[in-house]
Amino acid sequence: MLGRTLREVSTALKQGHITPTELCQKCLFLIKKTKFLNAYITVSEEVALKQAEESEKRYKKGHSLGDLDGIPVAVKDNFSTSGIETTCASNMLKGYVPPYNATVVQKLLDKGAVLMGKTNLDEFAMGSGSTDGVFGPVKNPWSYSKQYRGKRKQKAHGENEDSNWLITGGSSGGSAAAVAAFTCFAALGSDTGGSTRNPAAHCGVVGFKPSYGLVSRHGLIPLVNSMDVPGILTRCVDDAAIVLGMLAGHDPRDSTTIQDPVKPFTLPTLADVNKLCIGIPKEYLAPELSSEVRSFWSKAANLFESEGAKVIEVSLPHTSYSIICYHVLCTSEVASNMARFDGLEYGHRCDINVSTEAMYAATRREGFNDVVRGRILSGNFFLLKENYENYFIKAQKVRRLIANDFVNVFNSGVDVLLTPTTLSEAVPYLEFIKEDNRTRSAQDDIFTQAVNMAGLPAVSVPVALSNQGLPIGLQFIGRAFCDQQLLTVASWFEKQVQFPVIQLQELMDDFSSDFEIEKLSSVSLK
Amino acid sequence: MAAPVKRWSCVGKRWVLAYIDGGSRHGRGAAIGFTSRRKRGQSSVAQQPLITAQKSRKGEHEWEAVVGLEIHAQISSNSKLFSGSQVHFAAPPNSLVSFFDASLPGTLPVLNRRCVEAAVMTGLALNCRINKKSLFDRKHYFYADLPAGYQITQQRLPIAVNGSLAYSVCVGKKPSQVSTKTVRIKQIQLEQDSGKSLHDEPRSQTLIDLNRAGVGLLEVVLEPDMSCGEEAASAVRELQLILQALGTSQANMAEGQLRVDANISVHHPGEPLGVRTEVKNLNSARFLAKAIDFEIERQIHELENGRKILNETRSFDYKLGCTMPMRDKEGKQDYRFMPEPNLPPLLLHDTASLPPGADPQQVINIDWIRERLPELPSETREKLIQQYGMLPEHSFALLNEVGLLEFFQNVIKETRAEPKKVTSWVLNIFLGFLKQQNLTVNESPVTPSALAELLNLLDRKAISSSAAKQVFEELWRSKGKTPSQIVSEKKLELMQDQEALERVCHTVMEGHPQVVMDVKRGNPRAINKLMGLVRKATLSRADPTVIKKILERKLSS
Repeated sequence: MLGRTLREVSTALKQGHITPTELCQKCLFLIKKTKFLNAYITVSEEVALKQAEESEKRYKKGHSLGDLDGIPVAVKDNFSTSGIETTCASNMLKGYVPPYNATVVQKLLDKGAVLMGKTNLDEFAMGSGSTDGVFGPVKNPWSYSKQYRGKRKQKAHGENEDSNWLITGGSSGGSAAAVAAFTCFAALGSDTGGSTRNPAAHCGVVGFKPSYGLVSRHGLIPLVNSMDVPGILTRCVDDAAIVLGMLAGHDPRDSTTIQDPVKPFTLPTLADVNKLCIGIPKEYLAPELSSEVRSFWSKAANLFESEGAKVIEVSLPHTSYSIICYHVLCTSEVASNMARFDGLEYGHRCDINVSTEAMYAATRREGFNDVVRGRILSGNFFLLKENYENYFIKAQKVRRLIANDFVNVFNSGVDVLLTPTTLSEAVPYLEFIKEDNRTRSAQDDIFTQAVNMAGLPAVSVPVALSNQGLPIGLQFIGRAFCDQQLLTVASWFEKQVQFPVIQLQELMDDFSSDFEIEKLSSVSLK
Repeated sequence: MAAPVKRWSCVGKRWVLAYIDGGSRHGRGAAIGFTSRRKRGQSSVAQQPLITAQKSRKGEHEWEAVVGLEIHAQISSNSKLFSGSQVHFAAPPNSLVSFFDASLPGTLPVLNRRCVEAAVMTGLALNCRINKKSLFDRKHYFYADLPAGYQITQQRLPIAVNGSLAYSVCVGKKPSQVSTKTVRIKQIQLEQDSGKSLHDEPRSQTLIDLNRAGVGLLEVVLEPDMSCGEEAASAVRELQLILQALGTSQANMAEGQLRVDANISVHHPGEPLGVRTEVKNLNSARFLAKAIDFEIERQIHELENGRKILNETRSFDYKLGCTMPMRDKEGKQDYRFMPEPNLPPLLLHDTASLPPGADPQQVINIDWIRERLPELPSETREKLIQQYGMLPEHSFALLNEVGLLEFFQNVIKETRAEPKKVTSWVLNIFLGFLKQQNLTVNESPVTPSALAELLNLLDRKAISSSAAKQVFEELWRSKGKTPSQIVSEKKLELMQDQEALERVCHTVMEGHPQVVMDVKRGNPRAINKLMGLVRKATLSRADPTVIKKILERKLSS
C-alpha cells in the first residue's frame, strides 16, 4: 500500500481497502524505521493520528474532502505550522512554534491531508545537499536500495558501506527522502534555485516547481522572496498535479499571487506529441555534465522526436551569467530577510545583555551557521550605497535578460524545454563535503536556477538509473502559468520511461532488528 | 525616519528674523547680517531669548538660512499600512500587533487601500503629481522597535511628487500684515511607522511596544524653501489643517501623529549652500520654530568663530531650548535600500486609464478621489472673507482652533447680529475664555445657540455690551440657563424708561456740580465722568448712547 501513488492510495481509501488511521500508522512506522535517513526534523505523530481519526470519521459518514483526505504528507521545515516547531534547521529558530499555518499547509489540512512531520533541509534552505542543517545531513534512501547496493558489491569490495551513503541533494532533501522512502505520499519543498528539483532528481521522485505567483508563499520562511516558490514532491507527475490543484490560486495574504481564478488541474492524457515543440537549450550542454546524464538527455530528446514531436536546438544566451547574478540577488535578499532574526521577538537569544547591539551580534553569531552568515555578509556588501548600482542593479538587469531569453524561446514556438536537472547522479556525502557550500550550490544549481529568475514552472522527472544504480532526472521547463501543459508533457514522458521503483526491502531487513517484526510485515512495498 | 538625500537646490529667501514667543505675537527684525560677537557658552545661549540685538549690516557678512522639512503624518485609518491590526492611540502596550507587525517569519505585507487613498487625497490637496506607478523599498537598520530590521518605504518612486503648499506668515508688527508664501513639496511617500522603545533607566532595560509598528505614515518632504522658524511653523500648521480637513491624518503633534524633522543650513548670499544639520524630535509647532531659530544662530555663531558645521543629526531639548547632537545617530548610516519584493508595483488609474470592467474594489481612480476632495482651509478662509467681510487674520484664527469655525457658523445661523460682531465675540470673548481655562471648543460650557441668543439680546439693545459680558460669564458658570433667564434673574436688561433715566441724570448732575462746571468750562472729558456715574447709578443697565444724549441736552440747556 505504501508504495502506491497518491491517486492509487486515495482510491483505496475511498473504497475502504484501508482506513486513514491504518495508513497513517504504517507511515509512522516507516518513519521510525527510516529514522537514520534523518529526513524528518519533527515527526508530528499525535497530530497526524488525530487528523487521520478525523479523516476516518469523514469517510465513514461519506463526507470525504476529496483526493487528499487521509493522505499522509510531509512539509519542509521552513513552512510555518501552527503549534508545530518550525526550525529551518537553524539554531536561530530551534524551539520556535509558529502561531499560524502557511497558506499551503492550511490548504492541505483543509483538504483532509494528514501531516506526518516537518522535513530536514539545509539551514534556511541555503544549500544543494541537505547537508548543512543544524540537525545533520539527510541520507539518500537510494544509498540503501537493492539497485545501488547490488552495483556497489560488484565493484568495490572491502569499502565501508555505511560511510558511503549518498546525499539527497537539496535543500529540500528531507522532503525528497521522505517521499522516496514511502513515509508519505507527497511532500512540500521550497524552490528558490532548484531546491525541490535537485533533490527530486537525486532521490528518484518527481519535483515540481510551479510558476511564481501560482502558489502562495505566505508562511514560507523566505530565502529569496522574488524567487521562492513552494515545491511539490511526489512519486509521479499525476500526483504532483493533484497537489497543485489543491494549492494553486490567489491568496489575499500574498500580494504576488495571481488574481485570476485558477482552473482545476486535471491532466489530460496526451495521446501523442505530434503537435509539441521541444526545445533543447544548447547552453545547458555544460562541460561538467556527466556523460551518463548527457546520454539520457539525448535519448529523451530522441524519444520525443521519434514519437512525432518537433525537437529543436534553442539558445538561452545569458545562461552563463545566471549563477553569479543569482549570487548577488540571493545574498542581498538574504541579508534583508535575515535582519528580523535579532533575538527580540522570537527564536534564539544569547545571554549577553551589556547592550542591544552586543545582544544582536552574539545572537546572530550563535544562531546562524557559516553559510547563512557568509550570505548575509555578501548581501549587505552588495546593498551598500557605493555598490548597489554595480552589483544589485546590474544583477537585476541580467536577471531581466535571462528571463527574456526564455520569453524569446517560447515566443519562437517552443512549448517546453528539456534539460538535465543535475550534472550527475547523487554523490557520496564524503565526496560532497570536499567542496564548500558556495561552490556546491553554484555547481549544482546551474540547470535549475535560471528558471527561478524567470518565474517559470519546471519539473524534474526521474528517467532511469545510472550505471551505479542511482536515479537520474531530467527537467522540463514550461511557459509562465502554463503549469498544466508542462505537467501533461511530463506525465506523457514519465509513462514512456517507466522509471523503476526503489527497492528498499534490503534496508527494511537490515534495520528490522530494532523494530517489531510483525508490524514490519504489514508494510507492503510495490 | 526616511532620510532621502536632499539637494539644496533652491536658495532660500533672505533670513527673516522672527522672535517666537508662545506662538502669539511675532516680532520681526529687519533682514540682517549677523555680527554677533557675544561670547557665551551653549548653556547661556539656552537661557537667553534666541535672537536679540542684531544689527543689520549689508555686505559680505550677511547670512542666509535655508530650512527644509520632513514631516511624518500618521494616516488616520482603521488598520495598519500592511496588516489588519487596528490603529488606536494609547491602547494597552502590544495589544494591536499582528503576526506581520511582529515580523514573524513567513508573514507578508498586504497593502491597505485606505492608506493609498489617503496618500492620493493628500497629494492632490498639495497640488502634487500623482504617480500612477509607485514602488516600495526596504530601508534597513537595526533597532529594537523595528522588528523586521527594515522599514518598508517608497524611496525610488513615491506615490506623489512635485507639489506645493501655500502658507501665510505675519510680516509686520500688526497681525493683519499677512504675507502668503509657497513651499515646494518634493514628494509624498507611504511608509511604515516603527514601534516605540521605552527605556527603563534604573533597571537598565528597554521595553518595546509594537502597537505603533506598521501604522501607515505619509512622509511629506518639503523643499528647503523656508528661511526661519516661523515660516516652517506656519507651513507645518497649514499642512496640519489640510490633513485634518481631508481626514487623512488627525495630525495631532502632541500625540505624535505629526512629527517634524528640520534640515537647516546657513550660507552667504550668492555662495553655495552650507553644510546642513538635521534636527529631530520636534513635537510642537512652537518648539519647531524655536529649534530652527536656535540652530540657525548656532550655525552662524560656529562659522563666525571659524568652526565648521558637521553634517549631523541633532535633537531639540525643549527644556534647555537648544539643539544637541544625537549620540545614537553618530556615524554614517547606510540604509542598504532594496526593492520590497513582496509588493508588486502600486498602480493607480484615472478615468482615462481605467481598465474596462475593472473591479472597483481592486482599482483606485485618482479622478474619482479628486472630485470628492473636501473644501480645503484656504478655500474656507476665502469664503469667510467673501461672505462675511472678515479680515484675513480672523479667518486664520477661526480655522486655527479645532471646532471653532463650526461653532462660529452655528452662531451665525441662529443670530441676527452682524457677522463682524459674531466674529469679534467668538474670537475675543469666547476663545479668550477657552484659552484661559485651557479647554477645547467641544468642551465649552456655552453652546452656539446660547451665544446666538445673547448676541440677539445685544443686537436689539435689550442689554448693554457690558451686561452682555456679564451674561456670558454667567452662561459659562451655570450650564443650562438661557441668556434671557440670566438677564431677568440678574435684572440686566437695559432701562428703557426715558423719564427714569432723566431723573437719574438729573440726580447725578446735582450731586456733582464741580464736574458739571468742568464740562461747561469746556473740558470734553468731563462728560465721560458723568456718564460713568450714571452707569454706576443704573447698575450698568442704561444704554450709554442714550445717557450721553440726555446729559448733553441737560448740560447745554
